[in-house]
Amino acid sequence: MRLARGIEAALPPVLALLATAVLFAAFLGLSGTDPRAAYGLIWLGAFGTAFSWQNTLLRAAPLLLTGLCTALPAQLGLVIIGGEGAFVLGALAAAAVGLKLAATGMAPVGIDGAMALAAMAAGGVVIALSGALRHWRGVNETISSLLLAYIAIAVMNQLVEGVLRDPASLNKPSTRALPDALMLGAIPTGSLPISVHVGLLFGLIACLLAYGLIFHTTFGFATRMVGGNLRAARMAGLPVGRLILIVTALGGAAAGLAGMVEVAAVQGAASADIAAGYGFTGILVAFLARQNPLAIIPVAVLLGGIDASGGLLEQRLDLPDATIQVLRGLLFLSLLTVEALQGRLRLAELLRWRRAPAVAQAVNATVSGP
Amino acid sequence: MNAGAALGWWGVPLAVFAGAIRVSTPFLFVSLGEVITEKSGRINLGLEGTLVMGAMAGYAIAYLTLSPWLGVLAAGLAGLALGLLHGGICALPRVNDTAVGIALMLFGTGLAFYLGKPFIAPKAPGLPAIDLGFWSASPQVRAALQINVLFFIGLACAPLLGWGLRHTGIGLTLRMVGESADAARAMGRSPVRVRLLATGFGGCMAGIGGCFLSLGYPGSWNEGLSSGQGITAVALVIFARWRPMACLGASLLFGGAGALGPALQSVGVSGFYHLFNAAPYILTLAILILASRPDRMLGGAPGELSITK
Repeated sequence: MRLARGIEAALPPVLALLATAVLFAAFLGLSGTDPRAAYGLIWLGAFGTAFSWQNTLLRAAPLLLTGLCTALPAQLGLVIIGGEGAFVLGALAAAAVGLKLAATGMAPVGIDGAMALAAMAAGGVVIALSGALRHWRGVNETISSLLLAYIAIAVMNQLVEGVLRDPASLNKPSTRALPDALMLGAIPTGSLPISVHVGLLFGLIACLLAYGLIFHTTFGFATRMVGGNLRAARMAGLPVGRLILIVTALGGAAAGLAGMVEVAAVQGAASADIAAGYGFTGILVAFLARQNPLAIIPVAVLLGGIDASGGLLEQRLDLPDATIQVLRGLLFLSLLTVEALQGRLRLAELLRWRRAPAVAQAVNATVSGP
Repeated sequence: MNAGAALGWWGVPLAVFAGAIRVSTPFLFVSLGEVITEKSGRINLGLEGTLVMGAMAGYAIAYLTLSPWLGVLAAGLAGLALGLLHGGICALPRVNDTAVGIALMLFGTGLAFYLGKPFIAPKAPGLPAIDLGFWSASPQVRAALQINVLFFIGLACAPLLGWGLRHTGIGLTLRMVGESADAARAMGRSPVRVRLLATGFGGCMAGIGGCFLSLGYPGSWNEGLSSGQGITAVALVIFARWRPMACLGASLLFGGAGALGPALQSVGVSGFYHLFNAAPYILTLAILILASRPDRMLGGAPGELSITK
């Protein structure tokens, strides 16, 4: 049963990947690039060597967290696309708190913890604001979260070029660099020639926790009930406003944490480079994972891999850096199209015969229930 | 933006006025197109991507053919294609138009950057401007009153669309489909087809608005050309309560807000440059908060529109 349902759920993304592979090959062919060479390089750059695996996992790490920023609110039926804003504010808060506390001589582990908390609070507040505006003012959360992302990026640029600016950063304004002691270390991998920072673990743990929360707690059940039928949830007396606030804040906190990791494990300081689009790619991650926190893990690795191969496509085939963006766009469009066609083409029919008796049983049980 | 330089502080209102008209032009086209799309009961959030695609296509064709007007045509066609793609996918059963819009936002920008790479350096012929400052001796005033012809086209479109929506059969069909798809079906109209065409029209307008960014001012194509004007324009439609003439006013208001940062910078106030650049987004959000109601539908909102249900 579970397996059948899992396969049914995984079918659209898999079909979308296949459709995208065909469409993207046609696109490359039309613009004069040999698609076979491109696919060879994408494989090589994403999963071909230990070094490419390292690159892939490094890029998957933030996507695990920014994917949650869309997937968690989606359980409530909300479409949040402002993960980039939470990511940027998280990075900014982490840098500001880290630099402030570094001067006090606090233990590095404590400072890193405070940075993570500050980043999660900053990200959580900005996404919860979209949720609150939706619930109490009826403002469309998709538009408001994107507007807040643009505002967040402006705030970051303003602060990085203003009060938080390192006077020594002349051409490219950035904050002062974090002391080395505050930089997050690598996950111990033994003899494997791969070095990935602990941010990847944060992402994995967050996805597992989110999955447990949504599918194995009463809180998660209430959340999904709000997403499934708002009126029924209200009738059942669920605290809808509070659920929206908490779940959107959790989503924002995840993206904020990704921003902290970007500062404390990759960049070492906050600058305009922070807004590199992990928040926006997270939207696609969540949709491809069909908003399931557990499915975010393989999807983030896949998209991280595609991302990681971009450099190779640029160098070897002289393709523009936007090539990967086109691929991601095609993937997104294919997914939505396949999801829509699924019902019509009855692709899931094969699996359905196994479920039919179970449904009948369930119906009987409800009808003749206590 | 040099308009303000020599006039001192008096240059600020002048530069804001000139900037309001210039910055408002893409808002105007995108929002007018989106009014038609939303009146049919569908929302296209992908207009950000359409705008960038229009900017690229317009610039590339103007460069290749040496004709800015062919560029406008190409931008319109590129926008139309993306609009029809949105409408086509949404015509399938059980598709969320918001999600398709997000996907098109990513796809349109990516495609524009990909195809536009070779056109970043060359110089294409720009669209002509109409000189309304001929009466003034001041070069600053004359510069400020150089108004691009696309603005006037947009200016003419607003009342035309407003009239068309109210007084023509097409307008009536459009509003009926947006109000109730069932009623439209009962009258023998196909909601799917009407929405497809309405989304195509919206895309076409957004494409034309986009080519203003590259062929109007400042007259170049690069990847940083648009930063959220598309999505702001979609929000602006809500603020304008789906009325084309109100879109004109809202566009000018937003244009003025967007011109404030550069205008202040030209007189040496550059301390909050980035925050002033974010002014249109802050304004949009503030207006959305004020204009929205949690308990009832907005006045003028099409009944079938997903975002206001």
